[in-house]
Amino acid sequence: MADGTTGISADALHGFAPSVRRGGLRRFAQRRSTIAVLMCLPLIALIAGLVVYPFFYSIYLSMLSRDATRFIGLFNYRYLLRSDTFDLVIFQSCFFAITAVFFKALIGFILAHVMHNISGRDQRIWRGLLLIPWVIPPALSTLGFWWMLSGNYSAVNWILGQFGIPQVAWLSNTWTARLWVAGVNVWYGTPFFMIMYLATLKSVPDQLYEAAAIDGATWLQKIRFISLPMLRNIISITVLFSLIVTFANFDIVQILTTGAPADTTHVFATYAFQLGIQGGNISLGAAVSLFIFPILAVFSIFILRGVGRRAREGM
Amino acid sequence: MKKLRPVSRRDALKLAAAGAALPLVHMRTAHAAGSLKVALWDHWVPAANPAIQKLIADWGAKNKVDVSIDLLQSGTANAKLLLAEAAESLAGTGHDVMTFQAWGVQQYHQHLEPIDDVMGGLIKQYGAIDPTSAYLGKVDGHWMGLPTSVGSQYKPSCARISYFSKAGYDVRQWYPNAPGNAKTATDWTYDTLLKAAPGAKQAGLAFGLGLGLTTDSVDWTGALLRAYGAVLVDEKGNLQLRSDAVQQVLEYLQKLYEFLPADTVTYDDASNNKALISGQSALIFNPPSAWWVARRDAPKVAEDCWTFPSPSGPAGRFNPYLPFFWGIWSFSSNKTAAKDLITWLQQREQVETLCDVSVGYDIPTFASMHDFKIWSEVKPPLGTVYNYPIRPWHDTQSNVSGYPAPPRIAIQLYNNATFNVMTVKLAKGKQKMKDVLDWAENEINGYINM
Repeated sequence: MADGTTGISADALHGFAPSVRRGGLRRFAQRRSTIAVLMCLPLIALIAGLVVYPFFYSIYLSMLSRDATRFIGLFNYRYLLRSDTFDLVIFQSCFFAITAVFFKALIGFILAHVMHNISGRDQRIWRGLLLIPWVIPPALSTLGFWWMLSGNYSAVNWILGQFGIPQVAWLSNTWTARLWVAGVNVWYGTPFFMIMYLATLKSVPDQLYEAAAIDGATWLQKIRFISLPMLRNIISITVLFSLIVTFANFDIVQILTTGAPADTTHVFATYAFQLGIQGGNISLGAAVSLFIFPILAVFSIFILRGVGRRAREGM
Repeated sequence: MKKLRPVSRRDALKLAAAGAALPLVHMRTAHAAGSLKVALWDHWVPAANPAIQKLIADWGAKNKVDVSIDLLQSGTANAKLLLAEAAESLAGTGHDVMTFQAWGVQQYHQHLEPIDDVMGGLIKQYGAIDPTSAYLGKVDGHWMGLPTSVGSQYKPSCARISYFSKAGYDVRQWYPNAPGNAKTATDWTYDTLLKAAPGAKQAGLAFGLGLGLTTDSVDWTGALLRAYGAVLVDEKGNLQLRSDAVQQVLEYLQKLYEFLPADTVTYDDASNNKALISGQSALIFNPPSAWWVARRDAPKVAEDCWTFPSPSGPAGRFNPYLPFFWGIWSFSSNKTAAKDLITWLQQREQVETLCDVSVGYDIPTFASMHDFKIWSEVKPPLGTVYNYPIRPWHDTQSNVSGYPAPPRIAIQLYNNATFNVMTVKLAKGKQKMKDVLDWAENEINGYINM
C-alpha cells in the first residue's frame, strides 16, 4: 500500500496474538510516517534545544527581577513601554529594518533584471563581483564603512574636501547616522535578493516576454505584467526572511555607532546587549529582545498568508 | 636452584591494577591541592599576558595546584569577558576566579564568595584602599571582589606639551616629574580647559573629549560632575537632578561642545586614542595607552605628550577611575586555592612585575604601591607618565561615574550614559534645559524603581 502498510486484516491474524504484536510493531516501525519522524528526531531535538528552550527561558527570564531572584511578572515590559529611550529604540528598529529591506529588495530587483539581460560569461563575471559584499563577513564590511566615515580618518570626507565641500560628521548627526546604518545593511544584503530574483527570473518562460514584445509592450509593462506577478512569491519570502534577519541585526549598529548619538541609532539587539550584558540586567535585556517577536509575528502572518493564497490560486 | 613460583592469573591481575594506579598516585602528588580555572582580562599590552601566565604557573607548581587560564577580551564590539560573567553566573558553573570590570562585582555579588579575610590581610599589609575601589568592591560591608592592578586604570589628562605652551600653560610646571605640591597646579581647572579649547579647535587640535555612550566618555563627564559637586542621585537613592550644580555642569558642557570634535557624540573608547595619535588633538582623558601606541606609531606626537591629573572644579579634583576586580564564584570547588592565588598575586613584588610589563598602564590598588620606578623611567619624554598614578601631593581623588548613588542605580546611570545623553540632547539637539531634565527625570525614576 501507498502508506507502507501491508494491508493484512486483523481477522486474518486472529489466534496468533504474540505474532500479531510483533508484526504490529514491525509494521509501525516500517510506516513511512514513523520513519520520517525518526529521521527528523535529531533536527527536532536540535530545534527544541537551541530555539524552543531558549525562547521559553528568555520569556521566563524577562519576568524576573534585576538580580534574577524574584518573579515580577510584566514589570520589565511596563518599564520599557514607559521609557522614552525605548520609544526611540522601537522607532529606529522599525525604520532600520523597513528601510533596509525595501532598498535591498528594490536594488536586488533592478540588478537581477540587469543581470538577466547580460548573457553568457559576462553575466557570470558580474554576478560573481556583485556577490562579493555578501560573502564578506558583515563585521568586516561595517569596519570598512566605519573607517570611511569616522571622524578622524574619514575617506569620504577627504574626497569631499578635494572638491572644496566641507566635512560632514556622518555618524554624529542622527539622520545621517540612521541612513548609514541602514545603508551598510543594504550594501551587505542586496546580493542575496539579486541572486534569488535572478534564479526565479531564469525560470520565467522567454515566450511570455516575446509575446508581450509582439503586442508592443514597453519594458515597464513587461515588468509590471510579467516579472512582478511571476516573482511575487519569491519577493514575499525574501522580504520576510530579510525582515527577520534585519530586525535582529546587531553588529552594524554596535560597530558603526554603538547606539549614539544619544541612543538614536540603537536597535533592539544592541539595546538588549547594553541593558542585559553591559548593564548586568539580563532580565530587562531579555524583555527588550522579546519585543522583536510580536512585530515579526505580525509581518510573518500577513506575508505567509499572501504566499499561501497565491499558491492555492495557482493550483 | 630455587624454583620460582609460577605467576597465577590472579597475581597478574593484581600487578596490572597496581601498575595502572601508579600514574594516579603521581598526579595526586603533582596537583595535591587540586585545580583552578582562572578567567583573566586579555591585556592589550602584548607582554602582559605571558607575564601573568608565568607568575600563575610558577605559583601553581609551587603550591601543587593545576591552574588553567583563559584570556577573555573586553571591548565595545568584543565582550567575551562580560558574556562569560553573565553566562557563568546564570549557569552556576565555569571558572573559579573571574575578572570583573568596574561594576561587575556589584552586578554578580549574589554569586560571589565574600573575601573579607583576603582583603583584611592585604589592607593590614599595604594600608588603606582607594574609596572608589571600596564603593565598587564591597556589598553590605563585605568585600566581594579584590581590586586588582591588572587592567585598573585612571583616565587623567594626556596633553600635547607644545600646544599648551603656546596657549600660555606649562603643563610640566603644573606637574613636574618629581615630588611637588598641589599649589603648582591650581591653574589647571575646568575653566582653563574651556579657555584653551577654542584655540585648540582653531589649530586643528580639538580636545578629544567624547560625549558618546562608552566608558571613556562616561568616565570623564562623571569626574566633571563630581568636581562641581553635582550628583544625579544621592547616596540614599534620591533624585538630585534639578540642582544648581547639575545645571551648571550642563551649561559648561553646552559651551565646551562647540569646541570639541564634530564626532564627539559618537566617540567610542578608541576615538580619543586615535585623535591623539593622528596628531589631531591636544588633550584627551585617557590612560597612557594612547601615548604608548603613539610612541610606536607616531614618535613625534609621543615626545610631546605629558600625563597629569584631571582639571579641578569648585568641589575638588577627581581622576576618572576604572578598576578591575578578581572575584571567586560561590560555586567554585577550590575556594581556598583561589584565595591563596589572588592574595599572592596582590603582593607588592608581583604587582610591580605586572606593572612593569604593562609599561605602567596598570594602577596598583594600594596607594602605598604608587611609588614604583616604572613611572619615573618611562620615556619619551622622561617622566611623561610620572603623574599618572595619584601621588600624595596631587590633592586628587579617584571617581567612578554614578557615585555616590546606590550601586544598583549607579550601574544604570553608568551603562546608559544618562548624563552624556542629556548633554547631547541639550548641546547638539538644542533641546530646552527643562525638556532635557524632564526626560532624565523619567529615565532615572525608572532606574530607581527598577
